[in-house]
Parts: sequence; structure tokens; C-alpha cells
Amino acid sequence: MSGHDSKYFSTTKKGEIPELKEELNSQYKDKRKDAVKKVIAAMTVGKDVSSLFTDVVNCMQTENLELKKLVYLYLINYAKSQPDLAILAVNTFVKDSQDPNPLIRALAVRTMGCIRVDKITEYLCDPLQRCLKDDDPYVRKTAAICVAKLYDINAELVEDRGFLESLKDLISDNNPMVVANAVAALAEIQDNSNTPIFEITSHTLSKLLTALNECTEWGQVFILDALSRYKAADAREAENIVERVTPRLQHANCAVVLSAVKMILQQMELITSTDVVRNLCKKMAPPLVTLLSAEPEIQYVALRNINLIVQRRPTILAHEIKVFFCKYNDPIYVKMEKLEIMIKLASDRNIDQVLLEFKEYATEVDVDFVRKAVRAIGRCAIKLERAAERCISVLLELIKIKVNYVVQEAIIVIKDIFRRYPNTYESIIATLCESLDTLDEPEAKASMIWIIGEYAERIDNADELLESFLESFPEEPAQVQLQLLTATVKLFLKKPTEGPQQMIQVVLNNATVETDNPDLRDRAYIYWRLLSTDPEAAKDVVLAEKPVITDDSNQLDPSLLDELLANIATLSSVYHKPPEAFVTRVKTTAQKTEDDDYPEGGSETGYSESSAHAADGGVSPTSSSNVPYSAARQPAPAPPSPAAPVPDLLGDLIGLDNNAIVPVDQPATPSGPPLPVVLPASTGQGLQISAQLTQQDGQIYYSLSFENNSQVPLDGFMIQFNKNTFGLAAAGPLQVPQVQPGTSARTLLPMVMFQNLSQGPPSSLLQVAVKNSQQPVWYFNDKAPLHVFFTEDGRMERGNFLETWRSLPDSNEVSKDFPDIVVNSVEATLDRLAASNMFFIAKRKHANQDVFYFSAKLPRGIPFLIELTTVIGTLGVKCAIKTPSPELAPLFFESLENLLKV
Amino acid sequence: MISAFWILNLKGETLCARVFRPDVKRSMSEIFRIHTIANNDGNKAPIMTLGSTSFFHVRHMNLYLVCATKTNVNAALVFEFLYRVITIGRSYFGKLDEEAVKNNFVLIYELLDEILDFGYPQNSETDTLKMYITTEGVKSEQAVREDSQKITIQATGATSWRRADVKYRKNEAFVDVVENVNLLMSSKGSILRADVDGQVLMRAYLSGTPECKFGLNDKLVLDRRNAARNVSTVDGPENPAVELDDCQFHQCVKLGKFDNDRTISFIPPDGEFELMRYRSTTNINVPFKVHPIIEEIGKTRVEYTIQVKTTFSPKLNASSVVIKVPTPLNTAKVECKVSLGKAKYSPADNLIIWRIPRIQGQSDITFTAEAIRSSTTHQKPWSRPPIAVDFQVLMFTASGLAVRFLKVFEKSNYNSVKWVRYLTKANGTYQIRVSSLSESGLQGGN
Repeated sequence: MSGHDSKYFSTTKKGEIPELKEELNSQYKDKRKDAVKKVIAAMTVGKDVSSLFTDVVNCMQTENLELKKLVYLYLINYAKSQPDLAILAVNTFVKDSQDPNPLIRALAVRTMGCIRVDKITEYLCDPLQRCLKDDDPYVRKTAAICVAKLYDINAELVEDRGFLESLKDLISDNNPMVVANAVAALAEIQDNSNTPIFEITSHTLSKLLTALNECTEWGQVFILDALSRYKAADAREAENIVERVTPRLQHANCAVVLSAVKMILQQMELITSTDVVRNLCKKMAPPLVTLLSAEPEIQYVALRNINLIVQRRPTILAHEIKVFFCKYNDPIYVKMEKLEIMIKLASDRNIDQVLLEFKEYATEVDVDFVRKAVRAIGRCAIKLERAAERCISVLLELIKIKVNYVVQEAIIVIKDIFRRYPNTYESIIATLCESLDTLDEPEAKASMIWIIGEYAERIDNADELLESFLESFPEEPAQVQLQLLTATVKLFLKKPTEGPQQMIQVVLNNATVETDNPDLRDRAYIYWRLLSTDPEAAKDVVLAEKPVITDDSNQLDPSLLDELLANIATLSSVYHKPPEAFVTRVKTTAQKTEDDDYPEGGSETGYSESSAHAADGGVSPTSSSNVPYSAARQPAPAPPSPAAPVPDLLGDLIGLDNNAIVPVDQPATPSGPPLPVVLPASTGQGLQISAQLTQQDGQIYYSLSFENNSQVPLDGFMIQFNKNTFGLAAAGPLQVPQVQPGTSARTLLPMVMFQNLSQGPPSSLLQVAVKNSQQPVWYFNDKAPLHVFFTEDGRMERGNFLETWRSLPDSNEVSKDFPDIVVNSVEATLDRLAASNMFFIAKRKHANQDVFYFSAKLPRGIPFLIELTTVIGTLGVKCAIKTPSPELAPLFFESLENLLKV
Repeated sequence: MISAFWILNLKGETLCARVFRPDVKRSMSEIFRIHTIANNDGNKAPIMTLGSTSFFHVRHMNLYLVCATKTNVNAALVFEFLYRVITIGRSYFGKLDEEAVKNNFVLIYELLDEILDFGYPQNSETDTLKMYITTEGVKSEQAVREDSQKITIQATGATSWRRADVKYRKNEAFVDVVENVNLLMSSKGSILRADVDGQVLMRAYLSGTPECKFGLNDKLVLDRRNAARNVSTVDGPENPAVELDDCQFHQCVKLGKFDNDRTISFIPPDGEFELMRYRSTTNINVPFKVHPIIEEIGKTRVEYTIQVKTTFSPKLNASSVVIKVPTPLNTAKVECKVSLGKAKYSPADNLIIWRIPRIQGQSDITFTAEAIRSSTTHQKPWSRPPIAVDFQVLMFTASGLAVRFLKVFEKSNYNSVKWVRYLTKANGTYQIRVSSLSESGLQGGN
């Protein structure tokens, strides 16, 4: 019984709309119906057929139900764009709502509620009133939902016309489906209202529990979800409720089961009898396990919920760990969740079996899953003291198979195990050291270095091992550098011999002079000062005993857990986040109409992806890098006193020789819009600096503003730029007058390019040092957006553009998607880009997308050819560029994103 | 609740789009396309929130079925609904794929209008839907005119799944007990996990409004009965009772009654439906024992010796047996010998597929093979996926479940014929591990 509607999708391109118009007005019924189908097909694939409004509505007066439904579908979609014409449909609706056929009455009310046009809403009230009292339950159940629709459009109208009372009356309706829909509508209205509308009394409760037995599966979910908010008066009432809800656990629909579980768990909080509670747990376990036989998506929802349930009631599934064993062909998102639950259910009784499973998983193909399995072994070791030794032996076995990422992950968790059981398992260090050369991930390296530093006195060749890392110190990531620094200091304090002494000098030099990383530099200075002033104090600080860690990694805060358990089965329970974290309550009625002009246009901005895995909160917080850091952080050393800065040292460090520092002589007071703050007053001892690179008339300036919030006048300002990708440097002296307390000064510093070029990959980072006569040197980071450098002669002729585009090899083309950017106004965007010397060349249409071409030019004649593809008013811009310097593409995209985002 | 529903093809093109609430726009499917389809990451979680819009999706054949919402919706309900759409589609069009959607998009819109109102799922029983939403538009009009009252009563009534005026000349009911075995066996033959997901499927061709009662050899029921009669719980070896861990029922079954005294009573829908689902984990009869020996010889060869034993009664036969033996990724050539059936190396799947059309109970068969590996410079160790056995055994239940009775009561008191059939099968869920690591060093304990 298959149809042949696909033909409606393929209509002739030429003159489509006029052709359809003609067919819609045909005198033949069949032809009209076919035409409407074509219109709906066009609507489906996203074509704008709103211009056919009058013609389609004219087909509404028909006896043919199928045709009528199609016209209604069209109306729902386009009424908002043609509110005045939509009124034409009102008469038919009102007439249909009194049709002898209940299906047509219901259809009219259902559709009218979906048309969000004020004038139609007015006409809706009378038919709705009638339908709420209709003889036919099918009409009543449709009317019940329609009240919720109307409330969303005009809440006042619903209250004024007494629809809420009619809705409440429907709770006592003799038809269970009407009851269920009334409950759903009331619950939704309550959610969107601040006044109490739908309060569940014990009387409504018993009515609803009765309806529960007879209504459809979906209706059962509506009722259970609404009732889960009910607070029973005492344990007895709670037990009664639970007794009437438990049969639902046997329902084939997983949503019914989970909603029943939610309700039971809520009531269990009140039940005092341990026997009853134990019995209920016993009853809930099998249905929960059965959920794991459902489709993978439902399994996923179930697993995320079980994760919450076992946190509150750990015994409930204590004997069921086997069902959480991963099957080889489970989707990876299911496997990951099963693993989490296995860790939660692992106990001394089942740990051997669990370890066997983890070991099996550690040999599978998916790298993320394998890593998680290895971490799981570590977490079990931390959780179960008696099993720790067995866990470690499994980890050692895994290290022996020498799969690189397994080894690295194992070392990361072993570091945590050492912190959990100090002075117990150090004998395995030798085995770990064998894998030293294979480590290439920062976290694993950092963990290994932490182990070497922490147990330096027990490792004979600790100095050699550390030294092997030191050679590559400047190239290491920050995380590794920090650990190397701390480990070397530990080594030196434990074995103050010649070797370590030399090493420490190398490290301190590296970590102060050679680095750009302020964290590393600060830490190095603290150590340096500690070591040079009071080595004993250094020992107390650096080698202080660290608190033992525990496995509270995935335990949620009890109040959050309460909230999540009250939300079982919902999105909130899947994300383990309270609903406010991802739902923006749309209580609006009025402001929604603003974007009516673009019925198809998405105007959403600021998308941030938070898939459930991200919501998961990371893998294992205990093993994150902040654990070793705390060694240095815990007894916070006093910061260097501001009264005694060490200007010489600092000056030398960043390579500020005095010639480069330009003295101030002339005051300048330009004004303009506020600049972004680069050095807040809190960091600058009262001095706040705002700055931004700009281009004016072909000259690049650094626009600066100094605000003095300190108690003393500041003068003698000097500025210095670190080496950077563009070789930016000051073209002249910084001209700032003395800045009195409470005032500010503004200046434009002319800049030159290609002065102090840095090596390495291009970066927009601009590091700046500013000094005055009263304060220490301030360092801050700023950005040099690429568009500042575009020259005014970057405009290209079309022919020239095409030729250049063709002449560049394809390898010079780089593209990027900006999924969360929307171009609403072409003109404004072109203006903005032109202001940054990106010149518009041409535009063409491609399908429903617009493609724009621009050119721009960097000094020294590096052209940028730019292609932007987007659908106006819709999220998502694609940008492709071609340039002889493709390495600058990331900087270009960064800059473009900022320009388009405004 | 659900704000919008889309059916997209694998390229992300919209085949069907219906917006139920104004907070989500039609064009949002584009965002879903960019994030999920374009990323081509089948392993992403099926729920994703972008900004304040949450997307739920299910893949079926060459389609994506997607729902979007802005609220803290009941996630289990959304997925159940998406799977229900698939069921309805199958029942209407035979299968739900891109072609079927394109060919029936008008009907699909009509169905959506009926099963979702303002994002709340309504009646989704195909039996009822088919009464007034049909592929033959003209005919339905006639039908609607006459029977609309009847339809609305059924669509909202307490037995929304059954029409009142069903008539058959011959009253028959067919019961199929289908068990799917989940098994995980270690290479040494110890059973790590064995359980059964069972279904009782029914095809009821019964007139009027029949009340059915259904009985199984459920241990709890038999114990209770025996206790009442004051006899010992041993029911005789030929009919041992089974322990069901859990059962779930079609919405026609009166759950309150089951909760009270474990009787399964119901008014069945007309035609085919799933009466119940159950799960059993105790005393599972494992129909196949597999003993694999897989040795990696040097870096170039793998030798297989696999023995398979069928443990069920010799009177029964297993059919469509497919044993999938994994091979290393760099396998160049495989030679194999089997004592029954045919084995063939399938390079695309990295498997040797051993097919046995039919095998008797209580028999032993063997498989030997040698895989030659091409040498590669960078050799990752072989992860050794498990061996999988797919099969069907008729008139056998791995759980030991048996139907004790099916009684039909109808006011006209007609006689009815009942048929029962049993089938145990596995499809990818019957696995034997062959990894080298398992069980070395540790004792599997319980």
C-alpha cells in the first residue's frame, strides 16, 4: 500500500510558482489537490511558497478531508507571514468546529490553536469553549491541549475566558485520555506561570491514579510526570501511592517505567519502614535491568539515570553488575556509560570479575574507550583498598603489552594510586621507568615526572632521568614544564649534590628567562627566592606532606542529586545538570513576534555545544593535572612585597635594554570610544591600562589609555613590545603626561612593522611591557588582529582577482565554517568589512546560498582572496581564502570571526 | 515537549518537517545536519544540546529521525516516540526508508498531525490509526462519514487498541515464543554472562471482544499454586518452572491484576502484536558450546582450531547457523577446512564466515583454518574481537519457558483454536571471547 507522492518533489524549475498558481485555481478537483501536494512538497524542502497564500486558502472549502488537512498544514506554516489573509480562513474554521463529524470538529480546533495570529485567536475562543464541553471525548481531548496552545499565545485571554476552570473540570472526565491531556496541559501551564494554577490535592491524586490504569501509554507518562511533584502527607500515604504505581514497572514502554521509577523514588524518601524500602528496591531492580535490552538510545537514557539512582540507593543493583558488562558491538556511548556504572558497583566481592572485564576492554580498538577502561582500573584501586594490589598488577600487565596510549594512561592513574596509598607500591617504579622513552602525551609525561620528583630519594638515577627531560625543556608544553620545575626542586632538596645543583640552575634559568608563560615564571621565582633565602623553609613548603586523595570523583552534590532524581527520565537527568543549565525558559508571548518577518530564518546566536559527554564532567577529576600542582600551591608563599620590586632582574629577563625604552616627553590627549582593558587595576596596583591596535589612514597605531586609581601620581611611562609575528614595534616614544590619582590619559602610539619579528608559527599574540617611574614593570598580553594590517590598496579588479585565484595552487586554499555566525544585513556587513580594508568584489547566487568575494592585502604585497558563502539570515557562514601565505589563515579566520560577530 | 520533528536522509536533506511549537524553526534541521550528519560520527551520543535547543535522533535504514525541543523534556518518551514512528511507518509502508517517505509524504504529514499534538504524543496504535488514516483517501472519507463516532470512541477509549466489531469465521490464535540469547563465554569455556530476552508474540484472529488468560510455567505462579494445594514445589522433571527476572506487557494487559496474583489477562488487539517481553538469567540452556584455540605464530600466521558442540536434544535441529571468526586486519589469505557447512573468508569484514544450514542436536563439528598475514612495517597488536554465533533453534527455549495455557472467553462462547511455537535465536549477541589477555593472571571469581 505504497503511494507515489515522490513525483510532487520533482517539478519543473521554470516558472514554478505561476504554474502552481494556475493549477491551484483549476476547475478540476484532482488537479487542485495535486497542486496543493506540490506546494507542501516545496515547503518541505525549504522553498518559500508563501506567495501562493490566497490560492491555497481558496482550496480550503472542500469536502475532501485529505485536501483540507493539507491546506491546514500550509496555513499553520504561513499564516504568520500573511496575517491579514489568514483571516479569510476563519469562517471555515468556525464552521468546521460545528461539523457533525467529530474528527472534523477536532481538526478545526487543533489547527486553529496552531495559528498564532492575534485576530484568529480571538475567533478561537468560542469554538474552544464549545469543544471543551463536546459530547465526543476525541474532541474534548483535542480541546484540552488547545488550551495550552492558547495559553502560550495569550495567557491573559485563557484566564479571562475561564478556560483554566474548564480544564480543571476535565480532570474528572470519564474518559482517561481526556484526563491525561488535561493533566499535560495544566502541568505545562503551571510550568510557565508564577501563580499556583495546578495544585494536586489528595482528591485529584486518587482520581489520576485511577485514570492511570486505563489511559494510553503516553497518557500514563503525562500523569506520572505530573504526580511526581506531589508531596505525600505521611509515610502511609506515600506507601499507598507507591502501591498503585508499582504495576507500571511492568509496562512495555520504557518511558512509563522510568516515570514510575521516578515517582516511587520520590515517595520512598518519606517511607520509614526499612522493610518496605528494601522490598521496593527489589521490585525496581529487574525493570531497570530490562531497560538495557531496549534500543541503544533508550539504553543510554536508562544508563545515565541508573548512574543517578545507584548514587542514592547503592544497594539496588549491587548484585546486577554483570548486566553492565559491555558487549563488543554496543555503541561507544553506551559502553562509556556502562563503564561508569561498573566502577560505581565495583566492590570487594566482584572486583576480580570487574578487573577481567576492564582488562578485556583495554585491548579493544576504540582509543577513548580503552583509555577510559584503564582509568577505570585506577579508580577501582582508589576506591577499594583491598583490591588495590590486584588493580596495580593488572595495570602492570597492560603496560607490558606496550601499546603506547595504554601505557600512558596507566602511568597517569598509577600516579593517583600513589597519592591514595603513599609509601605502599613504590616498588613498581622501576617498571614504570622502563617506559619513559615512549611517553609523548603531556599528561602522562607530567605524571611520570611527578613520580620521579616525589620519590627522588628512592630512585638511584633520578637525576639522570630528569636530566633526560631537561634537554627538551623549552619545547615541552606548560604542564610538563611546571612538573619538571617542581620535580627538579624536589630532587635538589632531597639530594643537594652537584648534579642536581647544576640542573636546578638550568631549570630556573629556563623557567624565568626563556619562557613566556607567567605561571611558570611565577612559580620559578617563588622557588628561587625560597631556595636563596631559606632552604629549610623551602623544604617545608615543597616537600610538605600531601593530603591523601579519595574517590569522590563522580559523586554529585546531595542537593543536586535530589534535584536530578526528581527529574528522572528527563534531559536534565541525562546531562546530570539542573534544567536551568540548558533550558532558557521561554515565557514570552509578545517578543516572539519580532522575528516574524523571517519565518524561515534562524536568529539564534551563541551556540555552545554541550553534548552529554561534555556534561559528564570529564573522566576522572582526581587524576587531573591539578593534583601535582597543589604541591606548590598549598602553603601559599607570601607574594613579593610591592615595596621592593626587583626592576633590574625583571628588566634583564624580558630583554628590555634601556635604549629600547622610550622616554615620555610630549603629552597627547586624543579621545575616542572606550578601549578593552588589558591590565586591570587589581593587577596593576591601581594602574589600569586599556589598549587596542587600530589603523587610521594607512598608519597603524597602538591606542592606549592609562587610568590611575592608585594614591600617587604616575609618570615616566615607557613601553616595550616583545618579538611578534608581525614584528610590531613602537615607531616613536610613548607620550603620556604625568597621570594624577583618579584621572586618566590617552595616547596614540604610532607603530612600525617588521622590526622585531619572532620565529615559529604565526600568532596574533602581542606581549607588551609597560613601566613607569613609581611601579614595577607590568606585562600584559594583547591581540594583534590581522585585519588591522590590511592596506588601503587591497582592492582588486574582477579580472585580476580571477587570475590571481587561478594562479595560486589549490594547496594555498584554506576554508573554515563558522556555524554560529549569521549575516542578517548584507549592506552592513560589506560596510564593516570595507572599513577594515576588505573590499567587496562580486556576489553570486548558488542554490539558496549567497556567495561573496572580497580581496585584501597585507603590507609587502601579500594578497588575500576571500570567498564567503552563507544564507542570509541563517546561521552558518563558510569562508574560503586563497593566499600565498596560507600559514596566516588561522589569524585571518580569527579576525574575520570578530568582524562578523558584531 | 517535542517542538519539531524531521525526517532527513543520510545527506541531511529534509524529507519531512513538522513544527509543533513556535520556539523551534524548521530550518534548525540545518544545524543538526552540520553537527551530526556532516561530522559523520556515528558514535556520538544520541542527544545533543546546541545553544538552548536539544536534538534527539535515531537512525533507521537510510534515514535520520530527529526531534528538537527547548524544554527539559522526558528523554525516554522522545526516543520511545521516535521508535514508535518507525513501527507505524513499517506497518503502513512495509518498511520505512527514504523511498517510502518520499512516496507517502502526504500520508506521513497526516499521521504526524494525529499522533503528535502540540508535541504531546497522542494515539499511536496502528490498528486504530488505520481506521481513519488510509492510503486510499477517497475510501477513508466514506468510512469516516459513517463511522466517525466509532473511531473517536476507539481512539480515546479504554481499549483504544481494538475495534468492537471484529468477526472471523474461524477463531484462531497463534502464539510465538521467541527467545534471543545473550551470551558471553571466555575462551576457556566459562560463562561470563548468559541471559535471555524473550518475547511472546501473538496473532489473534478472534471475534468480538474476547477476554484472554495466558499461563506460563512461571516459577512464582507454580510455587504459589503448589503452596495453596500444599504439595511440594517440585513440579516434575519434564516441566520444570522457570524463573523470570522481569516481564513487561503490552498495554492491553491488566497490570494491576498481574501485580496482585501474576495472572496475565487481556483483551487482545486484532491481528499481530507483542504480548509480553521477559528476561531470564537463571538456568539458561546454552545451545552451542564453542571451544576456540587461536594461535598467532610469528608475525605472519594465525592458526585456528574451533570445536563446536550442540547441546540441545538430538530430535531438534538448528538452522541458519553462521559462525563469524575474526581475522587480523592485515590478513592476506585464508585456508580453511570444516566438517560441516561452508566457510569462506570475507576480507571486507575481516571475518571468516562459516555457514551451516542445518545441524542436529548433540553433535560435534570442527573448523580448522590458517590465516596468512601480509607483513606491514608498523604492526599494531591484533585486538582479537570475539567470535559470534548466529542461529535459530525451533521448538526450543533457552530459558525453559513453556506456555501452559491460553484461554479465551467471549460472550458468544465460540470455540477457538490455539497454536504455540517456540524459537530460540541469536543475532550478534552470542559471543565467545578469544583475546589473549583474558584470564591470564587472574581468577574469574564469583
